[in-house]
Amino acid sequence: MDTGTTPTDSTLTVAGLTAWLRAYATLITRHEDELTELDAAIGDADHGTNMARGMKSVTALLADRTFETLDALAKQTGMALVSSVGGASGPLYGTFWIRFARPLAGLAEADAEELGRALHAAVEGVRQRGKAEAGDKTMLDALLPALDAYDTALAEGAGLSTALARAADAAEAGCAATIPLVAHKGRASYLGERSAGHQDPGATSAALLLRAATR
Amino acid sequence: MKKLINAPDDVVAESLRGFEAAYPGRVRVDHAMATVYRAEKPLLGTVGLVSGGGSGHEPLHAGYVGHGMLSAACCGQIFTSPVPDQVLAATRQVDAGAGVLHLVKNYTGDVMNFEMAAEMAADEGGTEIATVVLDDDVAVQDSTWTAGRRGTGATVFAEKLAGAAAEEGRSLAEVAAIARRVNENARSMGMALAPCTPPSAGRPNFTLAEDEMELGVGIHGEPGRATVPLAPAAEIAEQLLTPVLADLPFSRGDEVLALVNGMGATPLLELYLMYGEVQRILQAHGIRVVRPLVGNHITSLDMAGCSVTLLRADDELVGLWDAPVDTPALRWGR
Repeated sequence: MDTGTTPTDSTLTVAGLTAWLRAYATLITRHEDELTELDAAIGDADHGTNMARGMKSVTALLADRTFETLDALAKQTGMALVSSVGGASGPLYGTFWIRFARPLAGLAEADAEELGRALHAAVEGVRQRGKAEAGDKTMLDALLPALDAYDTALAEGAGLSTALARAADAAEAGCAATIPLVAHKGRASYLGERSAGHQDPGATSAALLLRAATR
Repeated sequence: MKKLINAPDDVVAESLRGFEAAYPGRVRVDHAMATVYRAEKPLLGTVGLVSGGGSGHEPLHAGYVGHGMLSAACCGQIFTSPVPDQVLAATRQVDAGAGVLHLVKNYTGDVMNFEMAAEMAADEGGTEIATVVLDDDVAVQDSTWTAGRRGTGATVFAEKLAGAAAEEGRSLAEVAAIARRVNENARSMGMALAPCTPPSAGRPNFTLAEDEMELGVGIHGEPGRATVPLAPAAEIAEQLLTPVLADLPFSRGDEVLALVNGMGATPLLELYLMYGEVQRILQAHGIRVVRPLVGNHITSLDMAGCSVTLLRADDELVGLWDAPVDTPALRWGR
């Protein structure tokens, strides 16, 4: 059930963000085993399980409560993830949504530019929390290219849904590009050179996050 | 996978139920938060000690909750750090007016979750928090290109010695300084003979051939150095101690607390044998073990193997080690 009100070409509404989160929960469930297997190769084999537990708690939040504004929904989503995921993904995805909320304070809908500001704040939050940079073989390797693609699309005059679609494509490309990288952060960094040859599980779940926005 | 479990998702919660039942009147478990406390109320004016991490390392941390050691332990899912809510709740509960020390093993998830909990506590105000991150494992190259050294066996020493300092009524800064001193003077190295099987994954988290062992393994089986040929215990002891001794470095005349730790599936027969080898090698280097500790203290589910931790000691640290302790997993002098 990954349908719902999708972002229109002009704005992201509370219903649109809700649909995005529901679509993400569905994608996480569908890819739970894959995420765990990717994590088994270079981490500790719990990324799928942890993200599934987190998105279950977000789904419960969506069922329990209604939200008037984007920032309220995003902030509660972040808090739900922080409170349920654990590991490194909890603080990272939690920070993503908590920071995403800030530029959207009081807004019931956001246009492409406002959403862009929220995405920038969210990714900056992830960067600060994880102290990682591009090329460290982390979720940033999906998020940073996605941000660039989003900005470029906007600069070329694309609407919100086109920009999100291009961001999702770039996130997937960035995720695939983590395969040859040597991990510098997280538990995969203990493998050193041996972490090369495996796709990063965090970049994979991050690419799914952007893909969910296009559903 | 053959395990004494009901369902993989329920392992931690059900284990905590049994843990609480096994130590009536000594520990109290907040089941909603998966957090373990001493049964008795914190003594007013003493520093609270909160630690925690993924489950699967028992008796760490819950087994060290009690007089002279931890005030509370936050239990994450298996091999997954606890969430900030757990740490924040524990911090509030054990705050007896003298502040709370967070003892955190250096793993990305643990560091971030404790950091968020400390930020939340600071936002709300009220409790003074100090944090000491433990990173004693010499198997990992400590550089900007890794997540840094892992926290392993030194955690047991830090919890015991900082716990004793807190029990004496020392200030938060003083208790934190003891933990920091423990970390600065302790080094560890581990090895695995066989991998462990996390219940949710259902299969071993790495593979080793019959004639291989993993050198420099962490407490989840993460590799550190290399997969090498299996060797006799005397040689394994050398392989573990050589990098440990070189790193601090330890020198002739040093007195140390030594921990030979089992990873969960190694019998005491073998751990004592290993301690004999460790003691022999240290003696040859002119290093005297003043207090040994042998057993399963920071485990990795059913992983086979061991780790060695040396803590360079002085009279003060040895005194804190000898101070009474009364926890499910460590108990003397009281």
